Amino acid sequence: MELFSLGIKSIFVENMIFAYFLGMCSFLAVSKKVSTAIGLGAAVIFVLTITVPVNWLIQDKVLKEGALAWLGSSFAEVNLEFLQFIMFIAIIAAMVQLVEMIIEKFSPALYGSLGIFLPLIAVNCAILGSSLFMVQRDYTLSEATVFGFGSGIGWMLAIVALAAIREKLKYSNVPDGLKGLGITMLITGLMGIAFKSFIGIAI
Amino acid sequence: MSTETLENENQQVIEAPKEEFLSKRRKRLITDPLNEDNPITVQVLGICSALAITVQMEPTLIMSIAVVFVIVFANLIISLMRNLIPNRVRIIVQLAVIATLVTLVSEVLKAYSYEMYKILGAFVGLIITNCIVMGRLEAFAMGNKPYDSLLDGLGSGFGYAWIILVVAFFRELFGSGSVFGFKVFEAVGLNNFATNGLMVDSIGAFMVLGILIWVQRSKTGYVEH
Repeated sequence: MELFSLGIKSIFVENMIFAYFLGMCSFLAVSKKVSTAIGLGAAVIFVLTITVPVNWLIQDKVLKEGALAWLGSSFAEVNLEFLQFIMFIAIIAAMVQLVEMIIEKFSPALYGSLGIFLPLIAVNCAILGSSLFMVQRDYTLSEATVFGFGSGIGWMLAIVALAAIREKLKYSNVPDGLKGLGITMLITGLMGIAFKSFIGIAI
Repeated sequence: MSTETLENENQQVIEAPKEEFLSKRRKRLITDPLNEDNPITVQVLGICSALAITVQMEPTLIMSIAVVFVIVFANLIISLMRNLIPNRVRIIVQLAVIATLVTLVSEVLKAYSYEMYKILGAFVGLIITNCIVMGRLEAFAMGNKPYDSLLDGLGSGFGYAWIILVVAFFRELFGSGSVFGFKVFEAVGLNNFATNGLMVDSIGAFMVLGILIWVQRSKTGYVEH
């Protein structure tokens, strides 16, 4: 039950975009069409669900102070936490590469539609951000998995919603200076207000 | 007389192929990203951190310094290695260089300003995925000389810095009624100034940045299609 409420929390209340502004670059760049937004969202969910637990294992078994104790007592006091950023980003880049290869092998159709977006995910702040939050908040392995999955769903929800609004926006008369990025920012702000209504909901 | 002119001519011949230390082209490398080609408002890069840490001026200033440092040195290092990096693995190499620099920044912060380190939290690490850094490495440092890349990094870094400082100024002023922690409204004598909770919240950041982009683009006349 706690896991369920953590999942709901990471989808709505602590939405990656509206509460932490993570993954904004691709959120703004790839939200012009609903179909591509869905593709990128799915890829992000996939990568997040894999990388957060894997990074949890890395943090717990390799990086944390005393984590290397399983290698023998002489390693018990080693603290490799300063390697955190490099390890995490390497894991993410490797995972994205792996996911790309697996999808290419088993589902060429999906690969075709996701193709360009997959490599982009490696530099999506939402992915690295989730891993760093997971460390900050001391999640357990199962919590980390649920958190990764929930964050992904929340991110996809946000990008698909924005893409749907932007598709309609093409037909409206926006002042020249606000066209594109400016109006998108304001709309994201308004959507953020809507998401604020989820605060305080306890399950 | 004649020897002097000869000397001058000789010098000119030697210096002709060399570019000035701060030639017009190089000045443009610094000034362009400040306004016309701003990384945030025109190129739409690095938005994540631009919004997340701009609640107050002080963390924003630290963040700008950190980002300028990372961009400049990442640009310089990648530019020095540009002929050695195989094209296929360049992303990983770039990420490794950036991650190393960010680790340095984070360790320095942890040692000298632990308070700030706590406030910035995960966002120091997120400089790694700041698209401006990657973007400059891909677009500039991979194909240009070290000194030019260094200037380009400075330009982009300052372009990013001034935008987030302006956003932070308005958010702190209206959200907490202060600038750098100094209570402006109370000092002027307005004790009942109602602060706006929306500005402290993420929503305020989107609004301020949206309006800032509007103002800036109306001035430069840039229109997105």
